[in-house]
Amino acid sequence: MSEDDDRQQSPPSDLEFVSNKARNCNATGSGSGNPEFQSAYPDQVLENVLHFLTSKRDRNAVSLVCKSWYRVEALTRSELFIGNCYAVSPARATARFARVRALHLKGKPRFADFNMMPSDWGAHFNPWALAMAKAYPWLEKVHLKRMSVTDDDLATLAELFLGFKELVLVCCDGFGTSGLAIFVNKCRQLKVLDLIESESSDDEADWISCFPEGESHLESLIFDCVECHINFEALERLVARSPSLKKLRLNRYVSIGQLYRLMVRAPQLTHLGTGSFSSSEIAGQGDQEPDYVNAFAACKTLVCLSGFREIILDYLPAIYPVCANLTSLNFSYANITAEQLKPIISKCHKLQVFWVLDSICDEGLQAVAATCKELRELRVFPVDAREDSDGPVSEVGLQAISEGCRKLQSILYFCQQMTNAAVITMSKNCPDLVVFRLCIMGRHRADHVTGEPMDDGFGAIVMNCKKLTRLAVSGLLTDKVFDYIGRHGKLVRTLSVAFAGDSDMGLKYVLEGCPQLQKFEIRDSPFGDAALRSGLHHYYNMRFLWMSSCRLTRRGCQEIARAMPRLVVEVIRSADEEEVDDAVEILYMYRSLEGPRTDAPKFVTIS
Amino acid sequence: MKVNYDNGLNLKATELRLGLPGSDEPEKQTTPRPNKRTISEISSSDVTDDGNDDHQDSAPPAKEQVVGWPPIRSYRKNCVQDTGGYVKVSVDGAAYLRKIDLKIYRNYPQLLEALENMFKLTIGAYTEREGYNGSEYAPTYEDKDGDWMLVGDVPWEMFISSCMRLRIMKGSEARGLGCV
Repeated sequence: MSEDDDRQQSPPSDLEFVSNKARNCNATGSGSGNPEFQSAYPDQVLENVLHFLTSKRDRNAVSLVCKSWYRVEALTRSELFIGNCYAVSPARATARFARVRALHLKGKPRFADFNMMPSDWGAHFNPWALAMAKAYPWLEKVHLKRMSVTDDDLATLAELFLGFKELVLVCCDGFGTSGLAIFVNKCRQLKVLDLIESESSDDEADWISCFPEGESHLESLIFDCVECHINFEALERLVARSPSLKKLRLNRYVSIGQLYRLMVRAPQLTHLGTGSFSSSEIAGQGDQEPDYVNAFAACKTLVCLSGFREIILDYLPAIYPVCANLTSLNFSYANITAEQLKPIISKCHKLQVFWVLDSICDEGLQAVAATCKELRELRVFPVDAREDSDGPVSEVGLQAISEGCRKLQSILYFCQQMTNAAVITMSKNCPDLVVFRLCIMGRHRADHVTGEPMDDGFGAIVMNCKKLTRLAVSGLLTDKVFDYIGRHGKLVRTLSVAFAGDSDMGLKYVLEGCPQLQKFEIRDSPFGDAALRSGLHHYYNMRFLWMSSCRLTRRGCQEIARAMPRLVVEVIRSADEEEVDDAVEILYMYRSLEGPRTDAPKFVTIS
Repeated sequence: MKVNYDNGLNLKATELRLGLPGSDEPEKQTTPRPNKRTISEISSSDVTDDGNDDHQDSAPPAKEQVVGWPPIRSYRKNCVQDTGGYVKVSVDGAAYLRKIDLKIYRNYPQLLEALENMFKLTIGAYTEREGYNGSEYAPTYEDKDGDWMLVGDVPWEMFISSCMRLRIMKGSEARGLGCV
């Protein structure tokens, strides 16, 4: 439950347990090795056909048909998706797939984003970079999420892959501006550099100046999370020589005056992150301020707007000309009130994605509901992220959204108080919900009107929202909510639980009831070893299970590890704590073809 | 009013609130969270007791902060300013809290002078080495990560953008802070 921007809606297919027969397939010539079974179509034809298959789910299915289909599929898969970097080794992946052009790799579990895992746990990109360099010199795209990427890795990507075009780093860390400098300098074919919610250290390298001279192929440059000053003149020249640039998201060190100069050079932008949206000096009465309104008006194809990191409200009306075209608006760093939001949002009829701070209050949400009939995704973040703070948004806002935005598919809502009634109303008004994440920040907080647990509200969500695949629960919850989820949440793949439940039964209900469950993260809930055992039939179908501050013991975890040899069972303790007793602080377990990893730090014990 | 520090912070008991009576959320602990998972607000007894639970019985401490909750990435927490300049100020031994607007001060000496006037006490001079040693009081603040820091260590701009509330510590806890 957080701002995890997990857009992967397709089912996980990071790992197939290929039968021994298929793995030992003979790769010589066409047709199978068995003379009695001669394929009517030589491999070449099959290859031509399989090239059209892009969905990884389809490809996984195809690879299980027979030996020759397995072989040909492996030859033709160009986009490799690995949902857990420890589920399969680089060697195994490169041995099977010969012609990969794009790699998607995910590392740490999501709770690592909230400092719940000691640093240096793992998920190093380095072994993958080196293996790819040998196996796929023609690799073009790398997308990483929650991986540790070093400056050396960035250098590897730029130097060893001559046609490298696209790098996307989401929630990554371990690199700095020096690494970026080398990367952008050596990557002559670069089209996309997207740094999203990643942490980079400021080595004071002027990386923007390191883009090679001459016309650039850049289509997307996203660096709003990079916390360092940049050379603006170099950036301006870069934008001027990037005629294909469509997406540009600036960091907060770019002032609105500088933004203007960039916009004037790039009116073809479709996605813009405005940077600070403020100026370091307040313009005097006689000073000539640039015509910001005109600059926005010139951007006829702008559909996605974000930034506003240090917004000066006087400048906000400049965006009026683009509001009618916007499909995505991110105000989640702008501390604005309902009154300040209304003139903007009332023009945003086409808006589908809206991220905002709760400073707009319930009244602001009512304004959103009144206009944004096409809204698909809403995220409301707290200005004050503490448990005992005032709550500017409540069940009133949630109810209003449910009544106005009937097409809603995804919601993330932080609040201090909620009622079952509002959640039930949303479940009925928004039947298309696929993602429902409600974070009542006060732990164990009941329905503030009835005093009841929040079981019935979440129960209604799993009952009425038949397409629901992702759920995060909060507030005062008993085992009953898990009974509801087990009975009705048949499509749920991702479940996030915190401070909930009464007994082992809660966990049992879910593990026995939810056949599609892939990613399960639990914290501070009273589930013990017996509950863990009830999932033995399902753990090989899951990507991972995380349980922290529950009631697990080492013995219980070891039992699971013994029963399931293809599961890696990691017991993690806070780095500075000594092993005291049998209680397990953090359990992180995942299926893997490789067995215990060799890069585990001291505070990780693998059963 | 004498405040007993053996039992942890007493801010909750002395805090003046505008909530309706009974609007306190229940201290319901349905999970036996091992204590080492929480980060308690700092007081000398917590620091020495390794987080034992036995000091919970008299005045309830202010709400404990829990690692990773609510689930917001620290980058986001740090980016968003919320108080509009006003922060609560508590002084050990005072009956109620005050609020001051940090935005009206330009530097530490101005702020400390204002605090000294508001509460009729002497804070004394800051040195990097000794903190406020030699003084009966030490000004501390809670930052966006929930940690309690000594006022004066970081540049002023950084301080006002990360200060969530102030606490002026008194007595034996105040002395020796600079030597940590």
